[in-house]
Amino acid sequence: MVSKSPYNPLVLVGQVLFYGLFAVIIAYFSTAPKYTHLEPETSLIKLSFSYHGEPVGECHQRTPEELAKLAPNMRKLTVCPRERSPIKVKIDLDGQPLFEGVAPPAGLSKDGTSTIYKRFEVPSGEHMLSVKMNDNVRIKDYNMVREEKVTLKPAQILVIDLRRDHGGIFFE
Amino acid sequence: MSSFAFIRQGGFVLLQRIEAFFDAIFGTAGNPWRHLGALGFYFVWIVLATGIYLFIVLDTGVEDVFSSINYYTHEQWWLGGILRSLHRYAADGLVLVMLLHLVREFFYGRYYGFRWFSWITGVPLIWLVYASGIGGYWLVWDQLGQFSAIASIEWFDWLPIFTDPATRNFLTPGALTDRFFSLLVFLHIGIPLILLLALWVHIQRVSQSDVFPSRSLALGTLATLLFLAMVKPTVSHGRADLSFVPTVLHIDWYYLFIHPLMYLTSPAGLWAIAAVLTLLLLLLPLLPHPKQEPIAVVNPPNCNGCRRCFDDCPYGAIAMLPHPDKPGHQLAHVIPELCASCGICAGACPSSTPFRSVEQLVTGIDMPQQPVDALREEMERKIAALTGPVKIAVFGCDCAVDARRLESGNTAVMTLMCTGLLPPSFVEYALRGGADGVLVTGCREGSCAYRFGTQFTEQRLYGQREPHLRPTVPLERLRMAWADSHEMSCLKATLEEFREHLQTLGADENRPRAYTPRRIAQNG
Repeated sequence: MVSKSPYNPLVLVGQVLFYGLFAVIIAYFSTAPKYTHLEPETSLIKLSFSYHGEPVGECHQRTPEELAKLAPNMRKLTVCPRERSPIKVKIDLDGQPLFEGVAPPAGLSKDGTSTIYKRFEVPSGEHMLSVKMNDNVRIKDYNMVREEKVTLKPAQILVIDLRRDHGGIFFE
Repeated sequence: MSSFAFIRQGGFVLLQRIEAFFDAIFGTAGNPWRHLGALGFYFVWIVLATGIYLFIVLDTGVEDVFSSINYYTHEQWWLGGILRSLHRYAADGLVLVMLLHLVREFFYGRYYGFRWFSWITGVPLIWLVYASGIGGYWLVWDQLGQFSAIASIEWFDWLPIFTDPATRNFLTPGALTDRFFSLLVFLHIGIPLILLLALWVHIQRVSQSDVFPSRSLALGTLATLLFLAMVKPTVSHGRADLSFVPTVLHIDWYYLFIHPLMYLTSPAGLWAIAAVLTLLLLLLPLLPHPKQEPIAVVNPPNCNGCRRCFDDCPYGAIAMLPHPDKPGHQLAHVIPELCASCGICAGACPSSTPFRSVEQLVTGIDMPQQPVDALREEMERKIAALTGPVKIAVFGCDCAVDARRLESGNTAVMTLMCTGLLPPSFVEYALRGGADGVLVTGCREGSCAYRFGTQFTEQRLYGQREPHLRPTVPLERLRMAWADSHEMSCLKATLEEFREHLQTLGADENRPRAYTPRRIAQNG
């Protein structure tokens, strides 16, 4: 029942207690419990690229007859298939497979970039990292390879990227 | 009873007990449980006010953002540091009261029928609060901000909305530019402004919205936050470095719990959880629920356009339109989709007085399922049948404690859909019709199923609100006792105490003189 309580020190104590409880709840969950995102002595390898694969077929030169059939503004001599190759990736760490997969080209016509983003938690320390990629379906084997001894500090991030202006596969 | 209804009913009873306990400590006006929405608004105001200062002193350069925040956290702790902590803790408080508000409204069953709009418009608010808050952590650009930014972007990258993975923007230290933080500031101001707009929409269908807590609650809450800011000031983690993974983090679980949850499941898993929860909340109003009662009906010949129903409707369901037959006059009009069928309007109508001599009491605005004429007839019949030295008329409420259990040879009980339906003149009518005292009961203030039933009834009976009880009615013969459904024993005790009190009054000179309506005298 609601009653207009007379002044009562217990009421004040109760208010202080509950405001205190509110403060404790706010303060505690604002920073605790702590969250361990990465275990000690662990590092992170990130594989990420955004890359145009090679066309799936050979480019060819149009004959004069073929060119003549086209409108004057469409008469491009070299013509290539629109579809791009998916990027095949294989990563080995210390001789053990870490990842193997394919990044397909984006778009309905499969003419966009192939993108990928993966993260791998690995023990810190010295490793032999081998990354192989293929960006051309006309080549059977991996046409880009990079093998390197890397030393990873605890919590360090090593990025494996693929860019033509960096000469293909590179570590950062 | 289905398990769903069982859980809801159990939660409802538990909440009512908790709220009653807090009433005893904080009073109804200062009880945080009864003003969670207002507290939410209050936290938003604190966040916005403190945010203005933080924006002024923030340097958005990629190298400077961390330093500028650290400067006012440590060097200028007495202003910038305290405001930063207030900003953070008020934002945390907002999440807490928002979730409690949601749970409370669910347990009170305030998610269907005429309330669907407020419920549905509340769902996007959750997303907006989280979008506003999480962006704030990025802006600090410490290791926690780095962790949150990358985790959030990894989550969004799962959606096929970016041509390139957006996470590539955080791959290496050189990937970020000053522009990123300018964009972030823009978002961290823009999204809260959208939140404010959405909050405004959220309360559109309630009149006299509770958007600011009482002074005692506001001051108590502010003092608590200030105390926290002094005792446990908010500090940054180490500077962000995209070459390293933040390992151990003191994360703010109110906002950032989604990141550990994503790493525990997967980006797709987190999207599934978020989508399912959102969908459940959106679909809740469609679940089977009690059918709404008939809505209020206006009787134009008895409506004089006084606007009292318009002023008192808790849901803005009454509009005043030009009277079709009386130029210069207005006529009440009920908007069907907004009407809660509470009857507070009928209690506000001056035509609802039972002293009118008409055979059938037709009022300006009435409830078809419980017209005031039927209430008058029931009251006359029950009071006439009372026996014993002290006769008491009780007006109860269907949403509160079951007052019908008080009925006996010397106690007549009339229950209403909401106590707010009671026209104050009925109290005088009962006293002059043979009752020695009148007990009015209903939900506790803040528990009222229709928001203002208790408050308006109390104000009307104390002469603070129109239509008021006439001053000639002795208040010692009137008792108001607000009791929720679990407080039957308290109500019984109040009734007995009131009966003893009335017995001491005896044949009081101040007692209103007896009144027998002409229509009853004529008809015998």
